[in-house]
Amino acid sequence: MQRIVIFGGTSGIAEATAREFAKAGASFILVGRNPQALADICADLKLRGAASAESRIADLSDVAVLPALCKDIHNDMGIVDVALIAHGVLPGQPRVNDLDMETYDLLQVNVVSPCLLMVGMLHIFRAQGHGHLVVLSSVAGDRGRPSNYFYGAGKAFLSTLGEGMALESIGSKVRVLVVKPGFVDTKMTAAFKKGALWASASDVGAAIFKAVSRGKNGVIYTPRFWQLIMLVVKNAPAFIVRRM
Amino acid sequence: MYPRAPQVMRRLLSRHDDLPVRDGETLLPYGLGRSYGDSCLNSDGVLLSTAALDRFIAFDEATGELTAEAGVTFAAIIDLLAPRGWFLPVVPGTKFVTLAGAIANDVHGKNHHGAGTFGCHVISFELLTSDGQRRNCSRDENAELFEATIGGLGLTGFITKATIKMMPVASAFLVGQSVRFDNLDEFFAVAAASVGDYDYTVSWIDCLAGGHALGRGHFLRANVASADEAKGRRKPLVVPLTVPVMPPVSLVNRLTLKAFNTVYYQRQQRDVVQRLWHYDAFHFPLDAISHWNRIYGPKGFLQYQCVVPRAVQHGVSRALLREIEQSAQGSFLVVFKTFGRIRSPGLLSFPVEGATLALDFPIVGPSTFALLTRLDAIVAEAGGRVYPAKDARMSRESFETFYPRLSEFRKFMDPGIKSDFSTRVLGKNLCSGL
Repeated sequence: MQRIVIFGGTSGIAEATAREFAKAGASFILVGRNPQALADICADLKLRGAASAESRIADLSDVAVLPALCKDIHNDMGIVDVALIAHGVLPGQPRVNDLDMETYDLLQVNVVSPCLLMVGMLHIFRAQGHGHLVVLSSVAGDRGRPSNYFYGAGKAFLSTLGEGMALESIGSKVRVLVVKPGFVDTKMTAAFKKGALWASASDVGAAIFKAVSRGKNGVIYTPRFWQLIMLVVKNAPAFIVRRM
Repeated sequence: MYPRAPQVMRRLLSRHDDLPVRDGETLLPYGLGRSYGDSCLNSDGVLLSTAALDRFIAFDEATGELTAEAGVTFAAIIDLLAPRGWFLPVVPGTKFVTLAGAIANDVHGKNHHGAGTFGCHVISFELLTSDGQRRNCSRDENAELFEATIGGLGLTGFITKATIKMMPVASAFLVGQSVRFDNLDEFFAVAAASVGDYDYTVSWIDCLAGGHALGRGHFLRANVASADEAKGRRKPLVVPLTVPVMPPVSLVNRLTLKAFNTVYYQRQQRDVVQRLWHYDAFHFPLDAISHWNRIYGPKGFLQYQCVVPRAVQHGVSRALLREIEQSAQGSFLVVFKTFGRIRSPGLLSFPVEGATLALDFPIVGPSTFALLTRLDAIVAEAGGRVYPAKDARMSRESFETFYPRLSEFRKFMDPGIKSDFSTRVLGKNLCSGL
């Protein structure tokens, strides 16, 4: 039985991923702010086969408490096999001339908080000798585009951090997986018009489950065709990227 | 080209949220949009999707009571519970329907003669209405609203969650027979001889056969297989088929239909063949071919389902089949079966005891619509009715004739909700009942 902690338990991709692990009989702690939503998800996961599912109410933007939160969760679970870091927001692109607290908050939620959790959980995994750290990044981190480079820069930070940790972990039983989804149809993207490139959260969840089950260490794009798209985008000249 | 409805889609993100009612907007609860007609369209309005309401809430292994959110699909329920020995008490011909959609259309299946409609197995549901109310509805609580909502086509409010009674099954297989019948009289003889011994019955009919062969086809009858009968059987590997593109014209026409129906009918030479089916193959054969609807080309098709009362079912079924055969329209997807006498709680529930015929008509032109109007007249004359969930064209007068309890239903229509179907047959100006 795998013991899994999910930070940002109400995220659409996190829930879809959790359903896959639930089918395999995992036990869960879901961390998030909304007690009702977390309770609903826990009930659903148990029906789908989870050995247990509990929620832990915490505001993950309150970064001061995160190191203690990691320790508490480790103490409660005894052993943590998988940690999925899934929280984040997708705001409109802040305008550079009104860099204000909103931008600071965005960095706090999307960068500082997941960074501290990655460091905290990696430390725990190394101490217990195994563990799979999974962080939800995005293809948006692969290139700075005028439409969302604040969001993208945050994801670039997580991708680079996770990739470094993964390379450092080679040779140990600790794994680090950076997940770069493309366009995913979740509540975060409810307002977007959907086209052929859009994937469902359950497709992405299934890909993450598969990668973790195989002990994947490193970076995955999901759906996989995004690896090809991003290869092109990363090498595209500036006059094209500025229109994206 | 088929008409398109200008409408926007929105999702209710949590079942605890209120209905997003804004001034001047009309809503329509929306599940998977598989209804054949315009009951799932809302021109110039908002489709409020249940796609995000896909969580299970509770399951009691002792009683079989399942509570789940509105947008949970039959596919998801079966995937979860069939391996544990539970099946849905009533399933339509596809598992790509939602729980709330099945209630709103009071769907029926091949076991209607023994199990009634899906609505018969609904214990309760929660209904959100545009006046901001959230009501629990059951046979004891808000009973009239419960009855209006079952088969109410989403017009009484938005279902957020529902509790239904699942059925224990011994296996994932059905065991039974395929019986060939050469005409309509034989059909009724086989049906009468089968409904007592078999929980599931359904027939395919060759709608182009006329004269002495009018109403010929194959009768399938089955029961859930016992653990012994299903022993060693595994789910057959199914190659996923798809109709990848829309052909420029319908692939179903007089020539292809004649050829297909003849071959399909003659495929079974013996009168009776023993069969064992996995539930997917028995209940949901069309689900194996994604986008099957594309075979009808860009003009699309109309699905027509009617039921005629038992007392006149022989003569009226014959009249209907003759009308269809002489028009040389129709499709190979023709389903014929007898409904039993179990009454649904639903006010506008479609099934009544008698014979029901369902078939597709590729749209050829005005002649297709004219044919269906002639069929409506035969059905109305016989005291039968047409299924609203599949309808895109019946007249207001026909609808009123078919559903005598309509005036009771109107009282429960939510003034903030409309569909193209309700506008067409119920009228905008008449909806201000609440």
